[in-house]
Amino acid sequence: MIINLHVNGIKKSFDINPDEYLVEVLRRYGYLSVKKACDTGSCGVCTVLVDDSPVLSCSYYAVRANNKHITTVEGISGEDRSLGEFLVDEGVDQCGYCSPGLILTVIAMKKELENPTKESIVEYLTGNLCRCTGYVGQLRAIMRYMGVSE
Amino acid sequence: MITFGDYIQPKSVDEAYESLISKKSARLIGGGCFLRMGNRRIGLAIDLSQAGLDYIKDAGEEIEIGAMTSLRSFETSELLKEHFGYMIGDSVKHIIGVQLRNIATIGATVYSKYGFSDPITALLALDADICLYQGGRMALGDFLKEVGHRRDVLEKIIIKKSNKRGSFQTLRNSQVDYAILSVAVVDDEKGIRISIGARPGRAALAIKAMEYINSKGLCEEIASKAGEIAAEELHYGSNNRGSGAYRKELSKILVKRALLEVSK
Ligand SMILES: Cc1cc2nc3c(=O)[nH]c(=O)nc-3n(C[C@H](O)[C@H](O)[C@H](O)COP(=O)(O)OP(=O)(O)OC[C@H]3O[C@@H](n4cnc5c(N)ncnc54)[C@H](O)[C@@H]3O)c2cc1C
Repeated sequence: MIINLHVNGIKKSFDINPDEYLVEVLRRYGYLSVKKACDTGSCGVCTVLVDDSPVLSCSYYAVRANNKHITTVEGISGEDRSLGEFLVDEGVDQCGYCSPGLILTVIAMKKELENPTKESIVEYLTGNLCRCTGYVGQLRAIMRYMGVSE
Repeated sequence: MITFGDYIQPKSVDEAYESLISKKSARLIGGGCFLRMGNRRIGLAIDLSQAGLDYIKDAGEEIEIGAMTSLRSFETSELLKEHFGYMIGDSVKHIIGVQLRNIATIGATVYSKYGFSDPITALLALDADICLYQGGRMALGDFLKEVGHRRDVLEKIIIKKSNKRGSFQTLRNSQVDYAILSVAVVDDEKGIRISIGARPGRAALAIKAMEYINSKGLCEEIASKAGEIAAEELHYGSNNRGSGAYRKELSKILVKRALLEVSK
């Protein structure tokens, strides 16, 4: 079946099967920043934004995204791009495999949390696993990006 | 891996139910997160996302929560927070992450009667009802006691408004693992309700502990005793997250903690 997605602001048609997950479709059409990892809905690596909300693209049926706006890391622009600099400044980007999912989740979090605190940031990001960094440096960078002090 | 034969997006619950009973291999799709962990071919996939079941409504004396409401909407709803405080949010915040909770649905959760379910534990303490398309309205407690699964569409969950104060307590090996045990306590005009889930069996009410505490009034000593009664009256089993003996001990602590929290 054919669905229409607005990916990173551009409307396109996608030929899908109804039992396909969004991650499969996006990767098939070249959005390779969307990564696959645990494939059980547990790690957050495949996160994309659907109408600005973070979802696991490994568990979200592509058909449900019909006519919706999808953001992948390729589509990040403006102020949101500075998050990468905060992460690099803290030297926390290691293998980088989880970064696209993390970055998109943080961007959604910034829009969603009204008065962010360290606790609410940690709670929001529990669904993003990283096997390299140990989270401490990442948290420092994200708190700076969110304007939250220790 | 899950594959579909036919696929439909019914526009109403009537249509969804008719399709469900039309074919033995038909299956409803809620968020689809739990289904995807299995391996099967679904002859007819009935996607409920367009059936008008995504809402949280103020219905006067009650609040209605449509089956397709995501766990995240359930968690962040101001209406639910206003009436039932933080216990609803607390009962879902450990489920993986925001990204999964934006997909997984409350209707599928309740319908599936998972023993490990945190929100079922909270809803049972809140004395919620459910509404099935064919089976009509019934108490969640009665639904949970039924063996097996009805072939029906769960339409909504209904919570009566009242002056409820609640607490949700859980212990897990790590933040987003399944619970070793979960306890919910609600105090309102009708008295205190104590629900214990992830025993690892389905959530159940600790009736004797409730009778005890409702006849005594709440203080630290009575809360400890109520925890001991709850530990004795329910069955606690073992799985790879904890032994039955450990769960039984833990129930004393979590029941006491939840009771003291609502007494504040
Ligand atoms: C990786 C992972 C970890 C989890 N960890 C936890 C946890 O720690 N604590 C916890 O409480 N929960 C946990 N859950 C469960 C989660 O909270 C949901 O309960 C679960 O995913 C079901 O919701 P769904 O919308 O994904 O259901 P689906 O996969 O869509 O459906 C599940 C079942 O319900 C049926 N169904 C769907 N909607 C309806 C309806 N309206 N009426 C009748 N039948 C229906 C389907 O046919 C299917 O049989 C976890 C889930 C996953 C995937």
